[in-house]
Amino acid sequence: MNIENLRDKTNFDSPLGVGGSLCITITKAMLTSEGTTNLEVCTEINDNELLCLFGHSGAGKTTLLRILAGLTKPDKGLIVFNGMVWFDSEKKINIPPQQRNVGYMFQDYALFPNMTVEHNIRFAQKTKDKNEVDQLIKLFDLEALKNQHPAKLSGGQKQRVALARALAAKPNVLLLDEPLSALDFDMRLALQHEIRKAHELLNTITLMVTHDLQEVFHLATSVVILKNGNVINQGKPVDVFSQDKTPYLYLK
Amino acid sequence: MDQDFINTLLLTGKLAGWTTAILFVVGFPLAYLLAYKRFWVKPVVEALISMPMVLPPTVLGFYMLVAYSPQNAFGRFLSDHFNTRLAFSFEGVLIASVLFSLPFMIQPLQNGLTSIPKSLRETSYTLGKSEFTTFIRVLIPNMIPSIITAAAMTFAHCIGEFGVVIMVGGNMPGETRVASIAIFDEVQALNYHTANQYSVVLFIISLVILTLVYSINKRNPINL
Repeated sequence: MNIENLRDKTNFDSPLGVGGSLCITITKAMLTSEGTTNLEVCTEINDNELLCLFGHSGAGKTTLLRILAGLTKPDKGLIVFNGMVWFDSEKKINIPPQQRNVGYMFQDYALFPNMTVEHNIRFAQKTKDKNEVDQLIKLFDLEALKNQHPAKLSGGQKQRVALARALAAKPNVLLLDEPLSALDFDMRLALQHEIRKAHELLNTITLMVTHDLQEVFHLATSVVILKNGNVINQGKPVDVFSQDKTPYLYLK
Repeated sequence: MDQDFINTLLLTGKLAGWTTAILFVVGFPLAYLLAYKRFWVKPVVEALISMPMVLPPTVLGFYMLVAYSPQNAFGRFLSDHFNTRLAFSFEGVLIASVLFSLPFMIQPLQNGLTSIPKSLRETSYTLGKSEFTTFIRVLIPNMIPSIITAAAMTFAHCIGEFGVVIMVGGNMPGETRVASIAIFDEVQALNYHTANQYSVVLFIISLVILTLVYSINKRNPINL
């Protein structure tokens, strides 16, 4: 989809009819270990998709997530979510992260050390609702930990709290930056289930950065493969990886 | 203990207390700007704030006296509109003391802010919280040791200040005669006993404050 088509779409009086679709056309210069490369992404993500961003380090996966969250500003381009312009370099529109309502889960989980598990989740709520906090705590099996501070939690427990907190804000889009990379193998398997649960609960787009093919096949409804800032392939995991008999080539 | 002795110590505490209180209000926004914002004159601002660490107090004191003089714009403005003269007054010493103690407040606060992982701030923003809410609810509670260090170091440094006070304030009992000045004065008058009393009090207060700072930062090392 080209950028002009996207602009035309946003001029409609009613919002885009396709629910919570996310249209991205951006360029951003990135500094990598091999010098400067341009992150150039042009894609459209449909509602309810659980999309994995796959590629080697420095390919631009995290930068793309940060751009979507409004934490990093692209050099040029257009981002439209559900008919609402989040970023438009030509019209100088850049909606701040506070108003995009995305759930962003950092690699280090970024739980607030000064708050208990329960307070971390409550902090995220737009309108305070004790019942909902209790439900999330139950759902992610955190009842025994709700009065603990993050410093006392294991990696897997932190991940569950971070997911619960992200859901408490009822985000439009869920962005997960390598949510499982810091965990051991058994824990990964267990927590993949939690991620799927979170995605199904939100009923919206989830974008997840990963290095792990097994995660892609287990979770993703579609996958985008990034290499040196460019999308080199995208589609259903089975289709994308069967086109090439040795998918690990993408990593080199 | 005579009344003079007590008054001098009270005045010392009053000057240090007010300086710390004022710098607390001024220090937070300034430290926030220096820690998180980029602007082209930032190195100059940082250098200016750190100047009291290397500059003789007499230099600042001299310029403060020049500024306070009714022959110059600032002093004339105060004298014309408020009928106030700042030279050799408590308020005059207080302003000089605030300027001279800036780095002792700003640097621990700035270090505290920059040592908080960026992801905490950014998570708070994505959860819809403004910079101000994030500052109050996320940043401040996670930098308590830095805040205590900043306040304690400012207070302790202020109690030990000599050069600026004597330049700007002189030695007026009840107005500008703080303990450090009194010690100098008593020694000049060969009253070694009184000088010793003041010295012991300052020694103990400084030791207690610095011990507090080091024990707080034992678990959270912060570069002073």
